Amino acid sequence: MVDTPRNINRKIGLRMWLSGGWLLFLLLATLFAPIISPHDPLAQDLFASRLPPFWMDGYEATYYLGSDSLGRDVLSRILYGAQIALLVALIASTATCVIGATLGVLAGYYGGWVDLVISRLVDIWMAFPPVLFAILLIAVLGTGLTSIIIAIIVIDWTRFCRVIRAETMSQSAMDYVASAKAAGRARFGIMIKEIVPNVLPTIVVLLTLEMGIAVIVEAILSFVNLSISTDFPTWGGMISEGRTSVHQAWWVIVFPLITLFLTVLSFSQLGEGLKDRFDPVLR
Amino acid sequence: MPILKRLFIRILSIAVTLIGVSIIVFVVIRVVPGNPISMMLPPGASDDDILRLKTLYGFDKSIIEQFFIWISGVLSGDFGTSISLRQPVLSLVLGRLPATLELSLLALLIACILGGTLSLLGTRLRETKIEGIIDGINGIAMSIPDFLWGLIFILLFGVMWPIFHISGRISPFLDIDYSTQFYLMESILRFDLKVFTDLLAHMLMPAVALSIPLAAIISQLLKQSLKETMHLDYVTLSRTKGYSENHVILKEALPNAVLPTLTLVGVQFTFLIGGTVIIERLFSYEGLGNMAIDAVINRDLPLIQGIVILFALIFTVVNLLVDLTYTLLNPKLRDG
Amino acid sequence: MTAFLSIRNLSISLQNGERILRSVNMELARGEVRGLVGESGAGKSMIGKAILGILPRALKIDEGEILFQGKNLLNLNPRELRKEIGANAALIPQDPLTALNPSHRIGRQITNRLVDILGWSKGDAVKRTYDLLDEVRIPDPKRVINSFPHELSGGMRQRILIASAFAAEPKLIIADEPTTALDVTVQKQILNLIGEMQSRHGTTLLFVTHDLGVVSKVCQSLSVLFLGKVIEDTNVFSFFDSPTHPYSKALLAATPKYTDPESDLIPVSEEILNSVKEEVVQLDLEWSNGR
Repeated sequence: MVDTPRNINRKIGLRMWLSGGWLLFLLLATLFAPIISPHDPLAQDLFASRLPPFWMDGYEATYYLGSDSLGRDVLSRILYGAQIALLVALIASTATCVIGATLGVLAGYYGGWVDLVISRLVDIWMAFPPVLFAILLIAVLGTGLTSIIIAIIVIDWTRFCRVIRAETMSQSAMDYVASAKAAGRARFGIMIKEIVPNVLPTIVVLLTLEMGIAVIVEAILSFVNLSISTDFPTWGGMISEGRTSVHQAWWVIVFPLITLFLTVLSFSQLGEGLKDRFDPVLR
Repeated sequence: MPILKRLFIRILSIAVTLIGVSIIVFVVIRVVPGNPISMMLPPGASDDDILRLKTLYGFDKSIIEQFFIWISGVLSGDFGTSISLRQPVLSLVLGRLPATLELSLLALLIACILGGTLSLLGTRLRETKIEGIIDGINGIAMSIPDFLWGLIFILLFGVMWPIFHISGRISPFLDIDYSTQFYLMESILRFDLKVFTDLLAHMLMPAVALSIPLAAIISQLLKQSLKETMHLDYVTLSRTKGYSENHVILKEALPNAVLPTLTLVGVQFTFLIGGTVIIERLFSYEGLGNMAIDAVINRDLPLIQGIVILFALIFTVVNLLVDLTYTLLNPKLRDG
Repeated sequence: MTAFLSIRNLSISLQNGERILRSVNMELARGEVRGLVGESGAGKSMIGKAILGILPRALKIDEGEILFQGKNLLNLNPRELRKEIGANAALIPQDPLTALNPSHRIGRQITNRLVDILGWSKGDAVKRTYDLLDEVRIPDPKRVINSFPHELSGGMRQRILIASAFAAEPKLIIADEPTTALDVTVQKQILNLIGEMQSRHGTTLLFVTHDLGVVSKVCQSLSVLFLGKVIEDTNVFSFFDSPTHPYSKALLAATPKYTDPESDLIPVSEEILNSVKEEVVQLDLEWSNGR
């Protein structure tokens, strides 16, 4: 019995080390992509098309993970694709978080008509199929990085809003808020000084989870060719292109898929790990 | 009659939600840059063409007027005409609805079976290594969205070991003459094994891909709920009556553990239905979602509106059904 | 000749080694009503749970025997134990509010053991249900049988649980503080009912309680448990007349008297508690050295 908590701690540690490690590795690879990429990700070479990865027969030097049907280097494209993925993950989820959490805190803390309006809005939003909504937005806004970010904010702010609203409500019911009120502090002041710091851990967890979701949404959008311009490499785009030639060159789809899988898994495991850290009772 | 009153309020709120959804779709499509006609037409269309189309679809009127024209049409069952397919939106959408419903329900069924089995197994073998393994599987299954599972299945069971079909809903050579679009259900009712297996071979991969995240959530929530229930006095009492561990879990704990899980699963099921959009695209499955993406790519405004409203309707009705089921299953609410 | 139920040298501890029961011995004759008295945490409920095979997973039995009709329950495999207990013993639980399954109707919960475990016919079980409900004086049995637990009061539910415990004519019933969770007014009725049912059916009853007043009303003999150790094992008359152990004396002095509820209560003195604790520490030392 005494051993159990220590056990869990060790598990969390391993899980967070692995996921954090992968994300850090990816971040570094992204930053140094121009230096470490063996090829120009856009450079086509029809004489070097569908080259297999390094351990297979027919491998040609420096196309470590092979090349696609246009002779573009898979590894370089994954590295540059990571730029888009991580950029979207950071910017879109942070913006989503700020907007969603703000509305959530306001609704949860002030209640009344503020809560009524925001909750009603969330209800309506929840009735949209998110992927379809995102695709629709991109179609309207046009492709491009900004459009993707806006689309993610628009479809996902409710995720923060719902959770943070509930969390704020339960925090507001606690004694420390009552005593702050009794001490005659201003309502807005209490919200900023007392409530926000206490819902912050939840926000951080949600933010981490949202990054994984943002990566997936970006991949889905580029998979249906609605991400940024089609010639810039994206993981979703590579998967979409690789699908058509999967029988001739499986590596074109498999490597970006693995990268995407690990990245999404890492964000999510990091988020879950943080959740356990912040709230050991939950486990 | 509190149940009827509750129902009435819920239906009213569904109406409010649907109106909200319609307004948002309407506004999003029309207000944001460019007018819908230019979205519709290929570059280089003449001014005459533009004007003709504008009048045809009523885009020459103000947005508010357009909205009321559209909404009064909707109320009389007229969702307009699809621009790209040149057919009434309602019949197009209703034609595709059965395919999506069947896929979603099959996925829900699989999720319940998978998640239920895992949670029962985890409860039966609680505090053993197996429970740890089940928790690990749940964690990964929940982290990876349906889209990625779909891709993985396509690679594994469509390419590496081509056991299942990974494209379409039914093999084209099967010339079926069914009276409804609910092929799977009708094939069961007709004992049409050939069609049934063919449908299943097409639907299984997309359905499993959709079901995995939900299965993991069901498994986790239900297991937690079961484990809490297993400590309660009535469970202990039934042990002293001579019942086996299996009986205690299934007959005493499960009925009470299911209820708290149910509402959460309801919300998650709407996420699953939302997931059909991309999964149908991935598996070229001829359902609503696939049609929706085509509609967006073709800038087919009336069709987009129709599909989005239909999805919103499905979501809200699912939530309503979950709410009603909860009320009906909970003895404390049923008679009260 | 072996006793009907005899517990020998029973020691139970937590996984981390903390001892809950310390070599407990106890004998019950057929038809005996024995009180098992102790403060909360003394381990008295654990004895009942050990007999019924429902000890929490965190506890383990270190040594000892529980001989029930000559059979050592601790040697049985789980299936045999379930069968033995299901057919011959029953529990009247502490909290009637949580001891009935909220999803099942009352009727089923009274007689499910008869049908599922003992192979009665449905008709016989229904007839038995009506008889039992009559015995525990529940009005309008038809309505009650079709009710869900939340529709009944706490007292009613405890009557149901008593009926259910006696349903299969068990030879042994363990009542685990059956009145603690009830209103004072209801407590007395339930206590009378248990006593009445016991004498009518001749059931052996182990009555777990912290209330000496209750013991004096229903029990013939009692065991006093302190820190997981039986410190007094005697019949009710000699206990109330002349308790031998200092803790028993103190306990008796600390219990309100029915004859004179206004008399001042004397709390159990520190001195007595410490002397018993020392005794226990000594015992544990010997015990751990012996292993």
